[in-house]
Amino acid sequence: MWVRALVCALAALATAVSVPVLAQEKSIVVASTTSTEDSGLFGHILPLFKAKSGIDVRVVAQGTGQALDTGRRGDADVVFVHARPAEEKFLAEGQGVKRFPVMYNDFILVGPKSDPAGVKGTKDILAALKAIKDQQAEFISRGDRSGTHQAELKLWQLASIDIAAAKGPWYKDIGQGMGAALNAASATGAYVLSDRGTWLSFKNKGDLVIAVEGDKRLFNQYGVMLVNPEKHPIVKKELGQQFIDWLISPEGQKAIADYKINGEQLFYPNANDPSA
Amino acid sequence: MRDDVASIGVMRDRPSDLPIRFEAVDYRAASFAILSGVTFDIGPGAPTLLLGPNGSGKTTLLKLGMELLTPSGGRLTFAGRQASAGSGTAIVLQKPAMMRRSVAANISFALAAARRPAYPNVVAHLLDQVGLAGFEHRPARRLSGGEQQRLALARALARDPEVLFLDEPTASLDPAGTKGVEDIIVRIAHAGVKIVMATHDLGQARRLGGDVVFLVAGRVIEQAPAPDFFASPSTDEARRFLAGDLVI
Amino acid sequence: MEAAGAFDLLWLADANLFAIVRLSLGITLAATFFAALLGMPLGAFAALVRFRGREALIVVLNAFMGLPPVVVGLCVFLLLSRSGPLGQLGLLFTPTAMVVAQTVLISPIVAALARQVIEDLWAEYCDEFNAMRVGPVARVAALLWDARFSLVTILLAGFGRAAAEVGAVIIVGGNIEGFTRVMTTTIALETSKGNLTLAVSLGVVLIALIMTINALAWSIRRWSEKHAG
Repeated sequence: MWVRALVCALAALATAVSVPVLAQEKSIVVASTTSTEDSGLFGHILPLFKAKSGIDVRVVAQGTGQALDTGRRGDADVVFVHARPAEEKFLAEGQGVKRFPVMYNDFILVGPKSDPAGVKGTKDILAALKAIKDQQAEFISRGDRSGTHQAELKLWQLASIDIAAAKGPWYKDIGQGMGAALNAASATGAYVLSDRGTWLSFKNKGDLVIAVEGDKRLFNQYGVMLVNPEKHPIVKKELGQQFIDWLISPEGQKAIADYKINGEQLFYPNANDPSA
Repeated sequence: MRDDVASIGVMRDRPSDLPIRFEAVDYRAASFAILSGVTFDIGPGAPTLLLGPNGSGKTTLLKLGMELLTPSGGRLTFAGRQASAGSGTAIVLQKPAMMRRSVAANISFALAAARRPAYPNVVAHLLDQVGLAGFEHRPARRLSGGEQQRLALARALARDPEVLFLDEPTASLDPAGTKGVEDIIVRIAHAGVKIVMATHDLGQARRLGGDVVFLVAGRVIEQAPAPDFFASPSTDEARRFLAGDLVI
Repeated sequence: MEAAGAFDLLWLADANLFAIVRLSLGITLAATFFAALLGMPLGAFAALVRFRGREALIVVLNAFMGLPPVVVGLCVFLLLSRSGPLGQLGLLFTPTAMVVAQTVLISPIVAALARQVIEDLWAEYCDEFNAMRVGPVARVAALLWDARFSLVTILLAGFGRAAAEVGAVIIVGGNIEGFTRVMTTTIALETSKGNLTLAVSLGVVLIALIMTINALAWSIRRWSEKHAG
């Protein structure tokens, strides 16, 4: 009885291990955001990259802040995030080699159909946030140092609201990714700032609708950086650079633009934009 | 002459452990004196019965003889030697524990521990001696009390002992079970194994005969051949015990 | 939810799901195997050998049965991170790291329960072992063999615990699609994507797996009671 169990365990172990060992040959780890993962973008573009280069891209989806920290620890070869100030800081620390803009989309404010703060349809995100705070309408914050969270905090600041002081029981800081935040908003009828990509691919919208969109300040830029091999010699710099080169190449940019849900494009490639 | 009650064609080449001599043996546990100044001999021949009320130290005496305990004082010798030959003694404890295996596996285990080959015919023969023929594949723990006692006997016999210590082997059995075990003991004794048996059952002592060593509260009160002991005890305590008094 | 959508059968038939289940089973089986290798001897040692600090070891083992998976995940993560002490092995975000984390998680369970089982059996057998003059190696072998059904049940308990946890594997594995994504982390991910019906279907598969394990454990006990007493 022991012998049989032993053999089974070893066989299972061999199976589980053999696949990654074979793939170990050409692979990189990309620390990215939950918005790129949850929206399904990587599911669309990575197979194309693999087919072209034979490189297995392993995406660890975390918030921007956490992803950059993963890069700082050398646990990732490439970081692909969306918070310009945090990215600049990463470069300034010498943790990254060079930042390339890749694509953009926008943030939207989603909220319950019943619209308790009366902001649906407005084009001014700052006014909307002010109204939410004044009405003490339920609001979900990512709270996880992600690009979206940092954007949210920036918007409160632009609206001249000291959110740390002004927050009350209506402001729910959940410390989790975009999908979890949308789930929470859907389940409790709250407002939440989301990126359009995750929103479009989210399957549990419930009675959430887009409340505010189109404000220029809701612009959301994504950038990619190679983790500095001088700081972390273990980083796979050639393979990582290949991935970055592909992302900003016409082929990669087209792959990004081709990703649609129900005919709607989620991310807009802008690697050629010098100001991005 | 011993015939091969338990030894199948295997000539045991070991020195005798008899007589086992207790000389002023004390045994203390946690400052409580369980045995004091015990002096007697266990010689070859008819069974030696350790007789006495509960708590008189009979089990401790058996364990000392089996070298499971060491005396706190006094001397214990085996044919004049400090220690026994090792493989010549066996014991059946009170409430013997059955291993979670079949009857045959219990016996094979005992044979292996005694460094004897566990051939199926050896196992079968041992089972036959204790009236458990055909019980090989029964789970040992499912046997009745009497059957378990007999299996424990078979395990002890697997050691092909010269001396067999038995601790109240029929204490928890009904009359039929008791008779079964007693018959086996008599047979073993006739085959030449020296039996040293503890009992508090007067009737059993009378039936099995031999030498009686009468103990009370850790001391040997009287020692005599059984007929003499039962016919005319020389001490007061023995008289009271034979009369059926509860407190000696 | 609609009855039709409640079981996303199309997805369930997907080769993807098969790969995820296979990876889950592979990792948890491997972890159970290594936990047995580590935990059984440790448990037997704690049961049979009297040494200073034995009581303390037993308390620690019992306490660690309830180790929070996230805490284990975090500790293994810090160990295996490229900036950590074992970083050179490059094991972070791989199935191997997940096996390590789950092994750490369930070894105390195996050791603590094995200790209990072996110690209890030892108490039963001790006098007879002395009477039969059984050598130390034979004693350990006899105890392990006679306790085998209980020991197998213990391994199944460890397996169940590892199969059900998500906290450790998600931290050290990174939930990478096609590489370190297992059943529990997939449920977590699909939930966060709002695919609740799919998450529920996966949950049902996972529960069915754990139920099967427990039914197996139960039948082993019943069989052993019938046949070996």
